[in-house]
Amino acid sequence: MSQAFTQEFFLDPSRCIGCQACYHACAECETHRGHSMIHLDYVDRSLSTQTVPVVCMHCDDPACAAVCPADAIKRTTDGIVQSALKPRCIGCSNCVLACPFGVPRYIPALDQMMKCDMCYDRTSVGKKPMCVSVCPSGALAFGLREEILAQRRERPIDVFQIGPQTVRTKVQLMAPAEVDSLDLDITAFMER
Amino acid sequence: MAHVPEDTAALMERYGPTLQYTPPGGWEASGEPDRLVQTHCCFCGVQCGIQLKVKDDVVVGFEPWEEFPVNRGMLCPKGVKRYLQGSHPDRLTSPLIRTTSGFREATWPEALDRIEAEIRRIQEESGRDSFGLLSGASLTNEKAYLMGKFARVALKTRNIDYNGRLCMVSAGAANKLAFGIDRAANPWSDIPLAKCLIIAGANIGECFPILTDYVWRARDAGAKLIVIDPRITPIGRTADLFLPVRPGRDSALMNGILNACIEGGFADEQFIAQHTNDFDKVRDTVRAYTPERTAEITGVPAASIVRAAEWWGEAPTAMLLHARGIEHHTKGTENCLSCINLVLATGKIGKPGSGYGTITGQGNGQGGREHGQRCNQLPGGRDIDNPEDRRVIAERWGVDEKDIPGAGLPSTEMREAIMRDEIKGMLSICFNPLVSLPDADYTRRALEKLELFVVIDFFLSETAQHADIVLPGSLHEEDDGTVTTGEGRVVRIRQAVPPPPGARQDWEIICDLARRFAPWEKFPYACTEDINRELRYASRGGTCDYYGITYPKIDDQKGVFWPCPTLDHAGTPRLFEDAVFRHPDGKARFHAVEYRPPAEDVDEEYPVILTTGRVVSQFLSGTQTRRIGPLVDQYPEPLLELHPELAAKHGIASGDTVRVTSRRGDLTLACNVVRTIRPDTVFIPYHWPGAKSANRLTLRALDPVSKIPEFKVSAVRLERVAASDA
Repeated sequence: MSQAFTQEFFLDPSRCIGCQACYHACAECETHRGHSMIHLDYVDRSLSTQTVPVVCMHCDDPACAAVCPADAIKRTTDGIVQSALKPRCIGCSNCVLACPFGVPRYIPALDQMMKCDMCYDRTSVGKKPMCVSVCPSGALAFGLREEILAQRRERPIDVFQIGPQTVRTKVQLMAPAEVDSLDLDITAFMER
Repeated sequence: MAHVPEDTAALMERYGPTLQYTPPGGWEASGEPDRLVQTHCCFCGVQCGIQLKVKDDVVVGFEPWEEFPVNRGMLCPKGVKRYLQGSHPDRLTSPLIRTTSGFREATWPEALDRIEAEIRRIQEESGRDSFGLLSGASLTNEKAYLMGKFARVALKTRNIDYNGRLCMVSAGAANKLAFGIDRAANPWSDIPLAKCLIIAGANIGECFPILTDYVWRARDAGAKLIVIDPRITPIGRTADLFLPVRPGRDSALMNGILNACIEGGFADEQFIAQHTNDFDKVRDTVRAYTPERTAEITGVPAASIVRAAEWWGEAPTAMLLHARGIEHHTKGTENCLSCINLVLATGKIGKPGSGYGTITGQGNGQGGREHGQRCNQLPGGRDIDNPEDRRVIAERWGVDEKDIPGAGLPSTEMREAIMRDEIKGMLSICFNPLVSLPDADYTRRALEKLELFVVIDFFLSETAQHADIVLPGSLHEEDDGTVTTGEGRVVRIRQAVPPPPGARQDWEIICDLARRFAPWEKFPYACTEDINRELRYASRGGTCDYYGITYPKIDDQKGVFWPCPTLDHAGTPRLFEDAVFRHPDGKARFHAVEYRPPAEDVDEEYPVILTTGRVVSQFLSGTQTRRIGPLVDQYPEPLLELHPELAAKHGIASGDTVRVTSRRGDLTLACNVVRTIRPDTVFIPYHWPGAKSANRLTLRALDPVSKIPEFKVSAVRLERVAASDA
């Protein structure tokens, strides 16, 4: 493992403020200028301002690579699942359908799949990924595990049970240490 | 006179707003720059550090600036995409003179000659004060200082004021009344040290996104977060205690919380006795604001009011922050004073993690209100009606004290002065009043009445379309200077690129005009640092003392907090340490505030409260951000927000087109039905002009103390016009 990846990527949707700085900054990255590899979802705007930034989770055994008929998706030795190799990708979208997290996007103009490579050009030389650098809320973080654990109450999760399949990921999803029930309607807080 | 030229299609074709999506050279070009320029974002009062990538003297992108301590590389979407305003097709590159069908390009000498002649004619015919200046709090300190001097020394008009009048002047007035000084009391680095935070009327996640990180660091360290807002904003969503106040009831709520604090034994009697005056009046006043009565007025449950008081009172450290949500009211000053009363009564100020402040909205919302572009102010935060202050500045400017005009009209009262024929000509810079002032139709009629209207801007804003003469000025990245951030930190704006051929730096334009009305030696500057030296000297000994804040010191320290009275002084990040306040007796002053209703409360005819505000991807009147494609795509046009209960009453479904009508006018727009807003209130963001302008609905009523408008409460009614297309 290269020295760059002593730091890990932590994703905490509970802190997300929906500003989309990550989405816009991603498109500024030198390796895929003009194309954002991250997206932001509202859970349900009619109910809540809660939003979720979606980056590649960088699975240990990535489904996108497993289903690729052209063998275009490679995982580096330091655990980064790369975007599709341009000379190989045939634009079939198998990976788009297979990903359990909904990450890869087919770009019609390029007839190619592109996805988050954790800013490999930046992270492999010790910088933070672009989305993490700009994120104003700490929803996206990149750092040493012990530091993050010392700073935050949430706990990192990297194992996901998806149907019969267990998926392990390099990216850590922060989950609340304890979750109370949550009222979503403003009237629950009001004097009526 | 100043009617919009007839051929509006041709105007839009040439001057936009055009949506810019790609950097100069396109995405395929290499983003590798010739150099990185460390400067700041051009938008809000947080003033995030950013490195602009420059290639061939053009800004082509950005790189996070992680060494700047305030934002450590973080940016909001506006900061990320701000660079797209450079090399923009809408950019003005020649002076423009109005014709019957549009504008024609003119040379600089022709434009300046005509402006000079017309100003002279108007001032000779109708008096010096009949020409007014509108200025802005997004200008650097140097430009703001220059505008004030231009008005008082060159044009000798009393009528200059700025768009900060629409921003936080009520908070500024409250600060001066309570503390004797107008600045946020604490650096933002105190926020993570607080164990309780009250955030009142501040949509931090959308308007100051980077401060979200400070709030989260406080929460990570165990702080309780209390958010007061009529909407569950992104920061409200994460609050430990959310108080959904009915718009216009903030002072009642703060009185209620203070009363519960006193009842709970949380008043710091020793602090009150030693360091403050007039608490007894406040104690007597708030006694009537029992939790039950406060709940009735504000719509916040009594139990939540008591809990807020307990959390605030019990916390060893606590901070209260507010923004436009409590300031944009006809009782804006009173709202802020009611917050200060709570802070003072519990002694939570002047210590690490304990304090208070407004979060300024504009890039130089702080510095822009200190150095003399306000109607009642001279440099250094001095008072234009104070004989000693006048004497000091007259001496430093080398003018006769009697020649400095007195206090003029606030920008929010200049329209009425135009209608009364008192003001006949105006020059505006860094202000888009047609979009930003309340009652937009009245603004249009006032602008149309002017005999001469001159605008300095880099794009042809909606207001500039009414100009007789437009002068192409400079973008933020095309000039040097300083701004003072919302925490009182003076930072350096570094020029990254020259203005495009034909456009000029704002300060040069202002100096050129000033020298036509005053001796050259009154405006002798060769660069912005020359202006800065004079500003520092002029401010020396004043409340806002910048004397020790040199450009090299700012570079070394990554910003210097004022007051900084000497060259070897490091600056003052935290005010009121050891509980020393800035009134002559060193004490803070309480001000008893009795709640009173908003100027226009709801009634049977107009039964719904309208409140206005911002979205994260747009900035103020949108002159810049409505020209940046990715930011427009994120939120293309204003949407009416309303609760499903209110929607059901009107048979409205999400996406339907709705007409919103007030006593000023009406607005037709699509709606978003959400459970995150009070059912008695609707929300419209205000960044758009013309038929989409929320300020067609708002009213001109002002706070009697600060003259800030009541953007946050208007009475409206709703009608469903059409079903959703979807």
